[in-house]
Amino acid sequence: MKRITLASIAALTLAAGLPLSAQAVEYSQVNAAKSAINFTYQQMGVKMDGNFRKFSSQLSFDPARPTEAKASFDVDLASIDAGSSEADQEVAGKAWFNTKAFPTARFVAGSVKPLGGNRYEVAGKLTIKGRSQDIVVPATFSAQGNSGVFDGSFTIRRGDFAIGEGSWAKFDIVANDILVKFRITASSK
Amino acid sequence: MSTHYTATAKGLHWLMAILLFGLLALGFYMQDLPLSPEKLQLYSWHKWAGVTAFLLVLVRLAWRATHRPPALPIGMSKLMQLASHSGHAALYLLMIAIPLSGWLMSSAKGFQTVWFGVLPIPDLLDKNRELGETLALLHQSLNLIFVALIVGHIAAALKHHFIDHDDILKHMSPHPEK
Repeated sequence: MKRITLASIAALTLAAGLPLSAQAVEYSQVNAAKSAINFTYQQMGVKMDGNFRKFSSQLSFDPARPTEAKASFDVDLASIDAGSSEADQEVAGKAWFNTKAFPTARFVAGSVKPLGGNRYEVAGKLTIKGRSQDIVVPATFSAQGNSGVFDGSFTIRRGDFAIGEGSWAKFDIVANDILVKFRITASSK
Repeated sequence: MSTHYTATAKGLHWLMAILLFGLLALGFYMQDLPLSPEKLQLYSWHKWAGVTAFLLVLVRLAWRATHRPPALPIGMSKLMQLASHSGHAALYLLMIAIPLSGWLMSSAKGFQTVWFGVLPIPDLLDKNRELGETLALLHQSLNLIFVALIVGHIAAALKHHFIDHDDILKHMSPHPEK
């Protein structure tokens, strides 16, 4: 009887994916040097990439209680590296991000759904240039020593956020789909 | 010995003449344009045409290596013969070096060349902004030398025709009967 109980507990513990040590670990200190937000898009059939150098975030994630996770990100849009100084200046301008009026892009997670294993689905609101969209972001989490690494990617349509207006509004030269890839490394307190 | 270049050599010469004039004009025009969709489109066209010119010059060199060109006029001095041969060698060299410098520049600038928007040409270098700007300067400088050489090439052809009254220009005439 005793043997069966122990086995059941072990099985339940494993099935739930809980760490065998009961202590909860909350990842909340984002390590900017080991985090990155990149993007890729197509320009006349050519795959282009770039990244944002600066962003701030507030995060609390306990793998044992993923649904209680909280996350928000503020990306400094002027910190973009779009490939050349000419392009960096252009995308800061009114037709693109209009960084004077809208300096940051903001993502606030609303809910986190565990998909099994180390995969999660984060639903939240993305606001760029005064326009908000509900988006769903698939992400993976893996613990590496004292830190946890979140990886994921999602696609936005720049047209939904009026990124690239006027002569840029057509998608024949710069495509509508922008793939955003991120890696967030956070440590526990 | 034939007094004419082969029809293939002539075809390649004049096809490339038209293509290279277009590439030069487009290249010098587009570089100072403000960033716009049109500018990006012109850059893509320039790169597609540049890859085409690079392939054509390879075909041309292979043809040149296997087909003897007409001899130079007997009266030409040794010095003028040397000038002719080195001038043509320099033109060929630049027709190779200029597209290569453009290809390297595109790679370093992180802007891969996709021929006619379909065939990706592998990047030769990793993305590096400073190197990209250095290579842009190299590409531009080589083209300025190329323009000077083309001016010399045309001036020499006209001198042979109108001053020396030899048939050098006719060697390359598109009309074989003349």
